[in-house]
Amino acid sequence: MAGFDKRVASYEEALAGLEDGMTVIAGGFGLCGIPENLINEIKRKGTRDLTVVSNNCGVDGFGLGVLLQDRQVSKVIASYVGENALFEKQLLDGEIEVVLTPQGTLAEKMRAGGAGIPAFFTATGVGTPVADGKEIREFKGRAYLMEESITGDFAIVKGWKADHFGNVIYRHTAQNFNPLAATAGKITVVEVEEIVEPGELDPTQIHTPGIYVDRIICGTFEKRIEQLTERS
Amino acid sequence: MALTREQMAQRVAREMQDGFYVNLGIGIPTLVANYIPEGMEVMLQSENGLLGMGAFPQKGQADADMINAGKQTVTARTGASIFSSAESFAMIRGGHIDLTVLGAFEVDVQGNIASWMIPGKMVKGMGGAMDLVAGADNIIVTMTHASKDGESKLLSRCSLPLTGAGCIKRVLTDLAYLEIADGAFILKERAPGVSVEEIVRKTAGKLIVPEHVPEMQFA
Repeated sequence: MAGFDKRVASYEEALAGLEDGMTVIAGGFGLCGIPENLINEIKRKGTRDLTVVSNNCGVDGFGLGVLLQDRQVSKVIASYVGENALFEKQLLDGEIEVVLTPQGTLAEKMRAGGAGIPAFFTATGVGTPVADGKEIREFKGRAYLMEESITGDFAIVKGWKADHFGNVIYRHTAQNFNPLAATAGKITVVEVEEIVEPGELDPTQIHTPGIYVDRIICGTFEKRIEQLTERS
Repeated sequence: MALTREQMAQRVAREMQDGFYVNLGIGIPTLVANYIPEGMEVMLQSENGLLGMGAFPQKGQADADMINAGKQTVTARTGASIFSSAESFAMIRGGHIDLTVLGAFEVDVQGNIASWMIPGKMVKGMGGAMDLVAGADNIIVTMTHASKDGESKLLSRCSLPLTGAGCIKRVLTDLAYLEIADGAFILKERAPGVSVEEIVRKTAGKLIVPEHVPEMQFA
């Protein structure tokens, strides 16, 4: 019996059940804290017609950008999609649909989705194109628009350390959207740099409790830096 | 003379107060961090999930897991905290940030701001700008007063799609520091050597010019 042992042996197993047309929520901000091996496995599998929910869409040839090369993505929900020439071309050619979403709203959509809240009201985007077609309500004299939450068939997450129970901690600002994505997947897959012995992670310091996590795998990471900036 | 980017950053830094939590946007706002007055303690928030952003790392010390919202490698100062994007925007949306500084393409006399989209050009996205302008009470917009072709960016009504409606009260340009109230720009300070006439000529929206418009101070 596997009990609470959520470790899987291969990336193939990690993404078993991912099919064409599914929605995948990915953690990461820019190239920081992205589940790079899980993304590469989606490329290898050749799954198509995916809806990808992620703050950004990688760069040409790295991160989620690799899924664009074989046109595996049909729709992207993101807050910022610069830094990617292939994405731009597919968008202008009408091959890919993009729903630009304010960053805080995107984070809250994932958080709410994972927390069983179908929609929420926010002042973000009132009076802008983001409000088009959305319900507006006034609370305490201020206008707010209704945003619906997001859940995914799969969530792909990059953690730092995990135990086999699926408890995860993140390293520095590689946390970003990862703990939110982790809550919002029907199947949540977390890849980490190290799987530690049970009891090694301090229960008071866990970022993502194991209840949200279905599969854990240990990988090695390139961790590419987008804007190397040093003191002069 | 129009202000340099560094002078604009220096002028904005005068709005800092000891104990402020501050979010600085990309571009000129980022430079403000270089001019925080000596002896004053300020915590910089970066919306990817860092409160207490420090200096850029020393050569060879950059860490791929430690970046700011501009995706540059940074460090964390003593007293910093790191958290998720939802927590980060809870701070922003919840009005906990004391001062937000960000750039723009246009602002208008109603306090509207356009900063993220030029129709017909590639749209890269709004990032966190819409959340920042909706959540903050105290915002300073930094931008050039007019475009390279001489077109005013201080308008009666923004022509570009908005980032936020009715949320801007203060603007620092390379020519002037202005406030927005009751459907007009109010000229509060002019850049050294810049005439009131030039500012009037380059401001398309309604502009109220008080009897005395002092020259800007930087220290």
